[in-house]
Amino acid sequence: MQDHTEPVVDGNALAGPLTEVFTSEVTTALTHCASCGRTGAVATLRVHHRAPGLVARCPGCDAVILRLNRGPHEVWLDLRGTVSLRIDLPDSE
Amino acid sequence: MARAAIPGRLNWRVATLVEAMDETPTARTLVFDAPGWPGHLAGQHVDLRLTAEDGYQAQRSYSLAAPADGTRVPLTVQRVPDGEVSPYLTEGLSIDYPVELRGPVGGWFVWRPSDPAPVLLVGGGSGIVPLMAMLRARRATAGRVPFRLIYSLRSPLDRYYAGELTQPDAGVDITHVYTRTTPEGWPRPPGRIGVADVNTGGWPAEFAPNCFVCGPTGFVETVAGILVALGHEAHRIRTERFGPTGG
Repeated sequence: MQDHTEPVVDGNALAGPLTEVFTSEVTTALTHCASCGRTGAVATLRVHHRAPGLVARCPGCDAVILRLNRGPHEVWLDLRGTVSLRIDLPDSE
Repeated sequence: MARAAIPGRLNWRVATLVEAMDETPTARTLVFDAPGWPGHLAGQHVDLRLTAEDGYQAQRSYSLAAPADGTRVPLTVQRVPDGEVSPYLTEGLSIDYPVELRGPVGGWFVWRPSDPAPVLLVGGGSGIVPLMAMLRARRATAGRVPFRLIYSLRSPLDRYYAGELTQPDAGVDITHVYTRTTPEGWPRPPGRIGVADVNTGGWPAEFAPNCFVCGPTGFVETVAGILVALGHEAHRIRTERFGPTGG
C-alpha cells in the first residue's frame, strides 16, 4: 500500500539540500504561510520530492511555500509562500 | 558535542566502511569512519553520495542508527528492489571502500537526552532506525526518562536490532505489531497498526510525552492521526515520513 502513495515526505528532507545554502539549521525555523497564515517549522511542511527539484507545501492549505532546485553550479530557491522565516541562531538555542 | 552545531556550510567528506553486519536478509548496518565528523544527535540523518567511474552521481539520505561516537557514522540500509544505491550498499560495498557523506543534517526529528519528558517512539519498517539511535542515546547517557517503543513490522524475519530489542533497558517498554506474519502463538493477529495498539503500547496523553513517528508515509499519517485523536498535542508529535525513495 505504502508503495503506491504519493511520494510526499516531511520538511526534514530539506535539511541536506538547504545546508548547501544556509549555515543555520533551517528545518527548525518557523515559517508563516502567505496563503493561510499557518505558522510551523519547515520540518513539518509536506515535501514533494519527485517533482523537478523539491516542492514544499503547507500542511494546512497545500499552498506552495518553498521550491528548491539544484542545478550543476547553482541553487534556485523560491520562497514565494512564506511571509517570513524565523531562524533560531546557534548560540540562542 | 551535545548540540550538533553547524559551524559553516556542510561539505562532502570522504568516509570509509569499517564495519558491516546484516540485520535481516535485506537490511545491513554499515559503520563508516568519517575523519573530522563533528558529532550528531539521535534522530539526525546524513546524505550519502556515490560517484561512478564515469562521473555519474547518486545521492540518498539515511538516518543515523546510533548516537555520536567519535568519527563513527552508523547507518542501517534497507535494500530496495530495483534501487540504484541500496543494493550496492547492502551487497556490493566492502570494508575499506569509500563513500562521500554530508552531515549531520536535520534538527527537528531529534531527541535530546536532557529533555525530561517521557518518550513514545513509533516506527514502521526501517523507520525504526532513527528511533534506535534515540534508544541507544538514552543508554549511552544512562538516561532514566521512560521510553515506550511500538515497532510495526511485516514479520519476525524483518526485525532490525533483534538482540537489543529482545532485552530492552530498564525503563523501556517495547510492543511489536506484526502486519503480515506473527511469531508462533502471538496473541494479536497480524494486521496494520490501529488505535488499540497505540493506546495500549503508548502513553496517556496527560503524560505529555514527546512522540516520534517514523516510517512510510501512510504509516506515519495513520499513527499521527491516532495520536491526535487520543488527545496528544500536535506540537509534541514529530514525524519523519520516508516516501518510496527509489533506494
